[in-house]
Amino acid sequence: MNGAVELLIEPLRYGFLLRALVAAVLVGAICAMVGSYVVLKGLAFIGDALAHVAFTGIVVAFLAGFSFYIGALAAAIAAGLGIGWVTRRVGLSTDTAIGIVFSGVFALGVVLMAIGIRTYTVDLFSYVFGDILAVRARDLWAIALAGLLVVGTIVALYKELLFAHFDPVVAEAAGLPVGALQLLLLLLLSVTVVVSVQAVGVVLVLAMLVTPAATAALVARRLPAMMILAVLFGALAALVGFYLSYYASVPSGGAIVLVATVLFVLVAALVRGRGAWRRLMAAYR
Amino acid sequence: MGSGVVAVERAARATTMPVIQVEGLTTGYRRGEPVLRNVRFAVERGALVGVLGPNGSGKSTLFRALLGLLPPWEGRVLVEGQPARPNPDIAYIPQRETIDWDFPVTVFDVALMGRYPRLGLFRRPGKADRELALWALEQVGLVDQRDRLIAELSGGQRQRVFLARALAQEPELFLLDEPVSGVDAPTQHFVFELLERLCRQGKTALVATHDLSCVAQRFDRVLLLNREVIAYGPPQEVFTEALLHRTFQSHLLLLRYGDRVIVVEGEDGDERSC
Repeated sequence: MNGAVELLIEPLRYGFLLRALVAAVLVGAICAMVGSYVVLKGLAFIGDALAHVAFTGIVVAFLAGFSFYIGALAAAIAAGLGIGWVTRRVGLSTDTAIGIVFSGVFALGVVLMAIGIRTYTVDLFSYVFGDILAVRARDLWAIALAGLLVVGTIVALYKELLFAHFDPVVAEAAGLPVGALQLLLLLLLSVTVVVSVQAVGVVLVLAMLVTPAATAALVARRLPAMMILAVLFGALAALVGFYLSYYASVPSGGAIVLVATVLFVLVAALVRGRGAWRRLMAAYR
Repeated sequence: MGSGVVAVERAARATTMPVIQVEGLTTGYRRGEPVLRNVRFAVERGALVGVLGPNGSGKSTLFRALLGLLPPWEGRVLVEGQPARPNPDIAYIPQRETIDWDFPVTVFDVALMGRYPRLGLFRRPGKADRELALWALEQVGLVDQRDRLIAELSGGQRQRVFLARALAQEPELFLLDEPVSGVDAPTQHFVFELLERLCRQGKTALVATHDLSCVAQRFDRVLLLNREVIAYGPPQEVFTEALLHRTFQSHLLLLRYGDRVIVVEGEDGDERSC
């Protein structure tokens, strides 16, 4: 018994590991909260695109010598609002447009990164797969602040966000600012993606947005329950993944996402598949 | 004294002023031919109005204009004397519910949404709002289904949930786009009983439908629409073969006995009667 507790406490003796654990759990929880809407509204592709754009923002910020949060946030918010604008105004299938533009932007980031490595010998590659151990104290503050903003907004505007995303046509007719609320969600998604990139990396942010929320959707009947469960699943995956990463010496992002995936499979098996795959696939509409 | 006079004048205007005044409305979607051309009609308070026309005749477009979601290219649309704009006094039940039926909301949740536009930003629904939502569910006979997910409802029940939400909103004007298409006969009957009761209480309702045979008798006024107003008036005046032919562009036979009308579609011989 004491041995098990010792195993759990041991890594936390180091400040940077404790910081990493807190960051991972926070990121898991925030992603899951926003992820509930991502799953329900099929925004997974957009979330993925935002993460890739944020990466390029990070690289540009690094090369230009300003804070990576500013670069990533500016890029992701511009992309988020851009997608919102295109979806509302143009009204055509936006998947192809998003695919072309954002893989292009990501490619630019990769090329710039290669130049950056040649010049500066810095490892921007950690942002692709995430390095939770690189989280500094001020990163933790940024994550906590983003979490407060995201969770606070989703709770405070619960009824508006619900109506606007459940039945936009009627909500708009009744006088709700549906366009603004949809943009707000993309904005929250952008902020979430940016603070998560460092912890789980560009490639795996998507999994943290989708998997815990999809797991929650398997068992929750109503949206508040789904959000609470998603946050618990996300935090649990981060916690378990963190220890897995520490003791098995594997990358944190991969370990966390792997645990989240195992959780999904376990829950799906428990509820006998009740639309499990339909739920998960719906996130990618 | 001055404000008293204003209040009296306002009350007098409220009883005499048409709820809806559409004057020379031409509108459509961007960069296209107008969908509606020079539409003109007025609706009195307490009227149950049928908007009849074939698919693509502009019924939904007219509703969007009445909701202020589609600005007029020409003419004006006045609701309660004011230019149309989205507001909680109009309850709208769209035709094809574009909503996702897998959304994790219960019957009660949907009914309660009717209260959301009445509450301010950030404000939570209170006890009175929950009671109104329950009252609305009672009106549509779904109160014992309130904890079921909307995914678990039948087609008729789904239509009733949206009626309940509209009722909970406590609007003055109901806009229902094809509320009886694709639902069973008891629900059709139920919807009209409810609408008739609401209109007797001074509410106003516009019901768009392309199915004229079953519901046509129940309207106070009928607007025959096909990109423009073909006719507007009491059902017994506008239901003539000539006008219906102009509206639906197909050969319709009218058989009358008493105050009943049976519509027979000439081309496929499909007879529909009530």
